[in-house]
Amino acid sequence: MPAAGAVLLVIVVLIVLALVYYLVSTILALREITAGLDDVIAGVGEILQKSAPVNDVVTNINENLDAGVELLEGLLVQKAGMDDALGLVDGLYPGAAAAGFRSFPESATTTPPRIGEVYTKGTLTLARLGREAPIAMANPAGPVLRNVEGGSLAARSLYPDGRQERPENLPRSPVIGTDAPVQYEQRDDIGAPRKRLPAR
Amino acid sequence: MTLWWIGDIVLLIVVVPVVVYLLHGVLSAARSIVPSVRQIADVAAAGSKDLDATALLLTTQDQVQQTVAVVANYGGSLDVILDDAS
Repeated sequence: MPAAGAVLLVIVVLIVLALVYYLVSTILALREITAGLDDVIAGVGEILQKSAPVNDVVTNINENLDAGVELLEGLLVQKAGMDDALGLVDGLYPGAAAAGFRSFPESATTTPPRIGEVYTKGTLTLARLGREAPIAMANPAGPVLRNVEGGSLAARSLYPDGRQERPENLPRSPVIGTDAPVQYEQRDDIGAPRKRLPAR
Repeated sequence: MTLWWIGDIVLLIVVVPVVVYLLHGVLSAARSIVPSVRQIADVAAAGSKDLDATALLLTTQDQVQQTVAVVANYGGSLDVILDDAS
């Protein structure tokens, strides 16, 4: 065999060795990929299996909640009126009146009264639970409805007792003057010179 | 004979590097996929674990149905007790 043929043979052997090394390494890498993809498929299969009923269940939950919301909104509007109901909702959740009620499209364009600025949340809740506080009966653009001086008494009227435990009105101030129903004798010492104590 | 040597040189200088380069590229690409596949497998397993709580949605569904039923009964009572606005 000539020398050139031997060199060619050596080169071919080198090429074959390189092919064997790289192809075997590639096969091993592809086997790792296959094993990893098997894990992926198993995980995705579990995800599909676990999430299969989610759509129906969530849809059912939403339907029930929508029915509840429609029921409560309808009841609130029926009992309080559209304006008052919007004012109540806006008072409890500021800005909620802008979205309006779902079942009442006209509520989105209704201007809510400023109930939240006049009454506290507790008062609003109790008032709308049937205490029938005279809230939002006037023009929302008008003055504040709450009596500032007698505000506490007005709020107290929202909690009616079983029986009246306090007088309806405080005793009136006594009438004084010459035409007063009760006349008192004038004291002699009033207007007289002050008595001086004896000197020590 | 000279042509044989020229062929050997060409084979050694051109063909062998090209073959090695191409095979190395294939091997590198295959090896670069492995960590990505492992990460995807880990994420899929974690996602599957996160969905273990979806079974509780059935309980939530029942609770919502009961709550809405109670609200409906309460609303019916309020409808009877309270006067309408108009």
